[in-house]
Amino acid sequence: MAKIKYIEHNGKEHVVDVKPGMSVMEGAVKNLIPGIDADCGGACACATCHVYVGQEWLSKIEPMQEMEKTMLDFAEGVEGNSRLSCQIKVTDALDGLTVKMPKSQH
Amino acid sequence: MTDSLLIVGAGQAASQLIASLRQDGFAGAITLVGEEAYIPYQRPPLSKAFLAGELARERLFIKPEEFYAEAKVTLHLNTRATAIDRARKVVTLEGGNELGYTALALTTGSRVRKLPLPGAELPGCYYLRGIADVELLQDKLKAGNRVAIIGAGYIGLEVAAVAAKHKLKVTVLEALPRVMARAACTELSAFYEEQHRKAGVDIRCNTKLEAIEKHGSALAIKTSGGIVEADFVLIGIGIVPNVELASAAGLKVDNGIVVDDHARTQDPAIYSIGDCTNLPCTYSTTGRIRLESVQNAIDQAKHAALSLMGKPKAYNEVPWFWSDQYDLKLQIAGLGDPGDQIVLRGDPTSRSFAAFRLRGGVVAAVEAVNAAPEYMMGRRLIAARAKVAPERLADKTIPMKDMA
Repeated sequence: MAKIKYIEHNGKEHVVDVKPGMSVMEGAVKNLIPGIDADCGGACACATCHVYVGQEWLSKIEPMQEMEKTMLDFAEGVEGNSRLSCQIKVTDALDGLTVKMPKSQH
Repeated sequence: MTDSLLIVGAGQAASQLIASLRQDGFAGAITLVGEEAYIPYQRPPLSKAFLAGELARERLFIKPEEFYAEAKVTLHLNTRATAIDRARKVVTLEGGNELGYTALALTTGSRVRKLPLPGAELPGCYYLRGIADVELLQDKLKAGNRVAIIGAGYIGLEVAAVAAKHKLKVTVLEALPRVMARAACTELSAFYEEQHRKAGVDIRCNTKLEAIEKHGSALAIKTSGGIVEADFVLIGIGIVPNVELASAAGLKVDNGIVVDDHARTQDPAIYSIGDCTNLPCTYSTTGRIRLESVQNAIDQAKHAALSLMGKPKAYNEVPWFWSDQYDLKLQIAGLGDPGDQIVLRGDPTSRSFAAFRLRGGVVAAVEAVNAAPEYMMGRRLIAARAKVAPERLADKTIPMKDMA
């Protein structure tokens, strides 16, 4: 299990255990954490699971594939630490990961 | 104010309606009736990762079971609704129990279109719509097995891709002259046909079916192009909306339950959302459409929720769709029309390109293969009804971001 801290845009924090193999998006949805829509269910087709990854974790998570990079290019409020959470696979090494949600997923 | 909402049909639309309402502070009681044994789950992966065995069943569920408990939703699964009494505001369930409502949402979805062909009911002929269907198919997905797929739409081609990857011998039979004829332009059809051929799939368009017969332990499909032998057959020739409940209750039905842009039927107490609805759509040349998509189920549900909360907002989202076949991600936004001007951007041989559809010079749709910028920017251009010169769209040296 990896402990992941999800921080809503309004600052509300949720710390939950997520099973390795699941995505960071699934960790939020399965634990009823608001702020991640994930309309397409994780197919990297909608860009509604945008999160900001804690700086110290950027180098520890799998790098972005081309599809994710270009989908993100067109999301709103994108920063250097933006990722699509459906594309981040949870591993034990991500124990302690912190992600923040954007103002909206559109 | 609505104090009890009854939802009939436990799919994507139902799950979104519940989530949106509770997030917005809806305080009324919510009851959900579903025919299948499962809480709402995602259907798109059924013909993709779930069929391929790459996604466990529990990962299909849109929300976990606890969500419904926390949202105080009374669940009636494995339960079929048989009638609506609009005067008494009561829905009858199989077995005779009744559930009352102040507001009713029909999210009854759709079912597979059955193939009207002698032999189509033989053992060994399968359809794909629900979890149970796929679990039957998974056992057949063994290297060397021969599968005949009837219908070259999304379902047929996605299953063909999974089966080819699992080293089955795959034949696809299509009545029309090209694959994905309903969803895509001819350029895209040609590209996908070639990709499937390269993967070893035998695609036969313009093929008329005569009968399916038992042939020893296998099946023989008699076609206008000869006999195709197969160990099993997968039929994917489309879906039909589940409108019978609405229609028997006197609600207007016309290729779907007729709703307005707030997902309301003509009965102010009854909403309808998702595949089963016929809705106004400003992106369609006919002004109304029935959409078979996750996007529509989600967005229409959000608008129904707003209406139920007394904050109605007209639904006018750009329709979008996706399909995964092999390593190709197809993303489509907008709705095509046979009269559209097609503008290609990028070279199909690079396996990353897009076809834009212009209607009177306005970007009406985009069909993008491994081309997220074209798709994402295309969606914006469609929503803005932007006019873009065809030669600009086709020019890869101009980034998509600069097309606005």
